[in-house]
Amino acid sequence: MMGETMKVDRRDAKLALAHLYVAFIALALGGLAGLLQTLVRSGKFNLPAGISYYTILTTHGVLLGLVLTTFFIIGFQFAAVSRTSGAFSDRVRFWGWVGFWTMTIGTAMTAFFILTGQAAVLYTFYAPLQAHAGFYLGLTLVVVGSWISGFAIFAHYARWKKQNPGKASPLLTFMSVTNMILWLVCTLGVAATVLIQLLPWSLGITDRINILVSRTLFWYFGHPLVYFWLLPAYMIWYVVIPKVIGGKIFSDSLARLAFILFLFFSIPVGFHHQLLEPGITPFWKYVQVVLTFIVVIPSLMTAFAMFATFESYGRSKGAKGIFGWLRTLPWGDARFFAPFVGMLFFIPGGAGGIINASHQLDQVVHNTIWVTGHFHLTVATTVVLTFFGAAYWLIPHLSGRVMTKAMNRLAIIQTIVWAIGMTFMSGSMHFAGLLGAPRRSAFSTYGNSPQALEWIPYQIAQAVGGTILFIGIILVLVIVTNLAFFAPKGETEFPVAEAAEPAERTALAMENWKLWLGITVALILVAYTIPFVDMIQNAPPGSKGYKLW
Amino acid sequence: MHLHKYEKIWLAFGIGCLFVFLTVIGVSAFAEGNQPPSCLTTIDPEKVDQTPPFDKPGLVKTGNNEYQLNIVVSAFAFTPNQIEIPKGAKVTINVTSKDVIHGFEVAGTNVNMMVEPGYINTLTKTFDKTGEYTILCNEYCGAGHHVMTGRIKVVD
Repeated sequence: MMGETMKVDRRDAKLALAHLYVAFIALALGGLAGLLQTLVRSGKFNLPAGISYYTILTTHGVLLGLVLTTFFIIGFQFAAVSRTSGAFSDRVRFWGWVGFWTMTIGTAMTAFFILTGQAAVLYTFYAPLQAHAGFYLGLTLVVVGSWISGFAIFAHYARWKKQNPGKASPLLTFMSVTNMILWLVCTLGVAATVLIQLLPWSLGITDRINILVSRTLFWYFGHPLVYFWLLPAYMIWYVVIPKVIGGKIFSDSLARLAFILFLFFSIPVGFHHQLLEPGITPFWKYVQVVLTFIVVIPSLMTAFAMFATFESYGRSKGAKGIFGWLRTLPWGDARFFAPFVGMLFFIPGGAGGIINASHQLDQVVHNTIWVTGHFHLTVATTVVLTFFGAAYWLIPHLSGRVMTKAMNRLAIIQTIVWAIGMTFMSGSMHFAGLLGAPRRSAFSTYGNSPQALEWIPYQIAQAVGGTILFIGIILVLVIVTNLAFFAPKGETEFPVAEAAEPAERTALAMENWKLWLGITVALILVAYTIPFVDMIQNAPPGSKGYKLW
Repeated sequence: MHLHKYEKIWLAFGIGCLFVFLTVIGVSAFAEGNQPPSCLTTIDPEKVDQTPPFDKPGLVKTGNNEYQLNIVVSAFAFTPNQIEIPKGAKVTINVTSKDVIHGFEVAGTNVNMMVEPGYINTLTKTFDKTGEYTILCNEYCGAGHHVMTGRIKVVD
């Protein structure tokens, strides 16, 4: 690819590494909270010192769902943009650090109010449960910090475009920019509910809150959030994995098209999280179900591109037969193996997603632990294993070290441990959910109801899975610490593959941001305007705040 | 933009499936009436106890083998929480919340609703099998969330 530097600038590397450190500290603490939850729900364990299950649950959700992901993604994208579009200017790097510290201070604030028991409202913080204002303020800082970093990336991209007129931007930069645009558009929803509704209400400036509006603004953000997690994994699949196995990107243009389609169809879909609530007409729920399902198209394009890359590489090595190419893949390389296992788990994960988003099937699984099982396949396996796989080259690249054979072997074991633990935990969550077991609940037999007693063996299986997963977390922390501080010094490659065929013309046409943003906004307006006006016009009296924990 | 022949087949298959799924859901929802619970009626959450039908919660016979079941949900209880329903009865369940958001789930059935303050939610269900069903709250509502429960007995 044109004019790229091969190595991330040393000063940019520091910025990226700082993000990764916070991400892995969040993994350690959030993972411990997760282990404790599965133990409590087995019915065999009580939390010591009067710690509430729901405090632990809030900690787990916020640290892993919001902090680990956001910090890892922004750190990875800083590195990817610096690697493919050249070192940052001092200004861009300065604002990158401002973003980092804003997010870190916000995280510390949020964690303080959760751990002191003033915000057991879970990571969805549904009103009218009312947390301490400091909890909302902390989360606001996390989001504002991510915006600052997003604008730093945009500024760097704009400079690259200016210096390279008439050229398509490097693929990884293009993808990072798309993901940050998606993030900016969707976080406007959560920012609106926090700044206009939740903060004034928790500070006592306003007395009452419109529940449905706040839920709708939350889910306007809540589903695109999962694509904000997923797209960096796709960046690694599309651009990094082909290089790791020694192949080429299947098609540069199709990769860009898939990302644009994700931008269009990840946002106007929040109602599929609200299918079972009053206040939204079935017609508008169905409209958003249709828009939700369209995301299947770029997902299938991605699946095709991945396996086409694998197969054409295998065939170029002389593989024979329908599946002969499978044998040529580098199974012993953790940089490939971890993301590949993640891809495999995305097949049941995606199928479960189609079930959740379906008008009537949701009736069976809504708010059951099935849903928890679903996103532990998609986010906690597909995305997280891909991130682990990326950390195995990204951290040594940034820290100027190399991954030893022993560490690589440990990383392969880590991936296997993760796959086994998740099969136990997520599998039993799916089964228990189909039988009706609820999500986000402490251990309960519901007055020894025969139905609830049936769920307990599955909950014990979840604890077994959770324990295996916690061992997986310890292993990954050992590897990451080694790669950051103790591994032998040396050069590690930041793998960026080339496209199989140059497609500059179409690739350039893909950067019509005014048009893409216009379509995105138009789709959002179609999906939300009428029901939203209706929610405000036909609103019930608002709710005052409750602290019920 | 060049699309590989196999990719065209793959995408045509996928988009075709998508079309079938959405048609099935659409026909089931709009032609057969299998709609999600979406009652658009509002209520003052602080006056639930004075507003009919929630001033007298419980099972009310409305017709031949047809019933209305009105349930008030609050932290951390369902009122009423012990309900007997004759087998084969068509029951319209109305629920509303006096405080925060709750869930109303009859485990092992399709009865599953979000209960939000300010709104009434409703769903109709025919109980065809005798037996005992557990009612539980499946949306986090505070420290006593997991002790919120009730029973539906379907009797001959």
